[in-house]
Amino acid sequence: MRDSVIVTKNLTRKFGDFAAVDKISFDVKKGEIFGFLGANGAGKTTAIRMLIGVLKPTSGEATVAGHDVYKESEAIKREIGYMSQKFSLYQDLTVQENIRLYGGIYGLSMKSIREKSDELVEILGLQDVRHKRISSLPLGWKQKLAFSVAIMHEPAIVFLDEPTGGVDPIIRRQFWELIYKTSNEGTTVFVTTHYMDEAEYCDRVTIMVDGRIEAIGRPNELKEKFSASDIEDVFVELARGAKRAD
Amino acid sequence: MAAIEIDSVDKSFGKIRALQDVSVTIEDGELFGFIGPDGAGKTTLFRIITTLIKPDSGRVSVLGRNAIDHYYELRALLGYMPGKFSLYSDLSVRENIDFFAGVFKTTLQENYELVEPIYSQLEKFENRLAGALSGGMKQKLALSCALIHKPKLLVLDEPTTGVDAVSRQEFWNMLQDLNKKGLTIIISTPYMDEAEKCERVALIDEGKIMQIDTPQNIVRSFGKVLYAVKAKNAYNLINALRDFEHAESVQPFGEYLHYIDKRDEIDTNEIVRYLESAGIKDVEMHKIEPVIEDSFIRLMSK
Repeated sequence: MRDSVIVTKNLTRKFGDFAAVDKISFDVKKGEIFGFLGANGAGKTTAIRMLIGVLKPTSGEATVAGHDVYKESEAIKREIGYMSQKFSLYQDLTVQENIRLYGGIYGLSMKSIREKSDELVEILGLQDVRHKRISSLPLGWKQKLAFSVAIMHEPAIVFLDEPTGGVDPIIRRQFWELIYKTSNEGTTVFVTTHYMDEAEYCDRVTIMVDGRIEAIGRPNELKEKFSASDIEDVFVELARGAKRAD
Repeated sequence: MAAIEIDSVDKSFGKIRALQDVSVTIEDGELFGFIGPDGAGKTTLFRIITTLIKPDSGRVSVLGRNAIDHYYELRALLGYMPGKFSLYSDLSVRENIDFFAGVFKTTLQENYELVEPIYSQLEKFENRLAGALSGGMKQKLALSCALIHKPKLLVLDEPTTGVDAVSRQEFWNMLQDLNKKGLTIIISTPYMDEAEKCERVALIDEGKIMQIDTPQNIVRSFGKVLYAVKAKNAYNLINALRDFEHAESVQPFGEYLHYIDKRDEIDTNEIVRYLESAGIKDVEMHKIEPVIEDSFIRLMSK
């Protein structure tokens, strides 16, 4: 069995009386592509914020890359990459400046920032726009660059929060190829998405409903278990029962 | 009478050609979808249809009226839900609906019947500020506000973007009910699977319409045999299949890859053998029917 890089046991976060995340237990293996699904308001974001070390749990246990989320949140931050749909790159900085900024934040040396920059620009085909501001790039390029920047310090785990919203179907697929490549190199990928067909790219998925994990398994296992033709049907079946849903 | 007639429309913003020679006719009573990614030109086209901006050239007729000459009259006949949440966050649910009703010189009571199936779900939150509603509730309020003056044409710009699968399904059910009552609806979306809920769709990318037809006909005109291929390691499979001399297209599609061969007739055993000789384990390959997303990718790649 491969090593687990994320282990949670009865992890809970309350806001007042409200349990945003209610005793979730799961583990994620090294190099796994782990899909984290749930309706708006199901508690995904709260769960992720605990795992990346920016929000303290109310109770329960969790370790990320071997570090305890209560006591070692700074160590966790050094071992992970994070990319959100809303904010990831500075729009007023150029491609090169963003790479340098993030490289610096992640503590890379100037020499390795230079090497990584050349490598990233080459792989993503950004030679012509290297010194252009991020705001002038198409969304799909930004998203691929944001992902590459999030893994430039070779983290153990990368968290992607709805990375492919709105991008065209070809770029979405290029994005998933980057994810496959990253996973193949041993980095664990923890990803949320609203595109249910994308759940089927994942090794395993969880579906959260009202703060709890209602299903976890390989996409095929879940489809069989719920006699559904695709993950969307499984999701709708589970999320329909949600009390917190819209 | 056609609800919308667009003929050779161009629109540029500086150097960016947002729409290029766009022509489309939408019939009265249709539920018509514009399917395309961010930046395809969907919003620009909708802003022209709703008389908010003028095209650089071409003709636009909406509900039998020229959209430039008769913009003022048209605005009272259109219901428009822009892509960005554009209600007043610091007014309550009830204040928002009263405001939009007031702008069009009507009241909630007068047209209650029309919005009832949607607005009734919001009534218990009437005093809540719109900014404090959940995503799905905001969307229902925005739809109620767009309907309150009994429009002849409903224009919805990406209403389901960022909304979860359950809310998306509910929203489409509401639209289909409204459409059955005779309302013409045009809607844009980046979700390819939503195309199947429309009577006809236009596939749009980089300011150009690539194809207009029923979802069934779009898939039927795919023109190539499509295969699904799966193996133990997806990443190695992609690379090996791309290196195959007869490969035309290899695209990840969930747990399978979708494969198109350059040749018209192939023996799948030959490809499986090639993959196995390249070290790919547990290969599975079979023929499948394309979906709209396959068609879209193929049109984009041309």
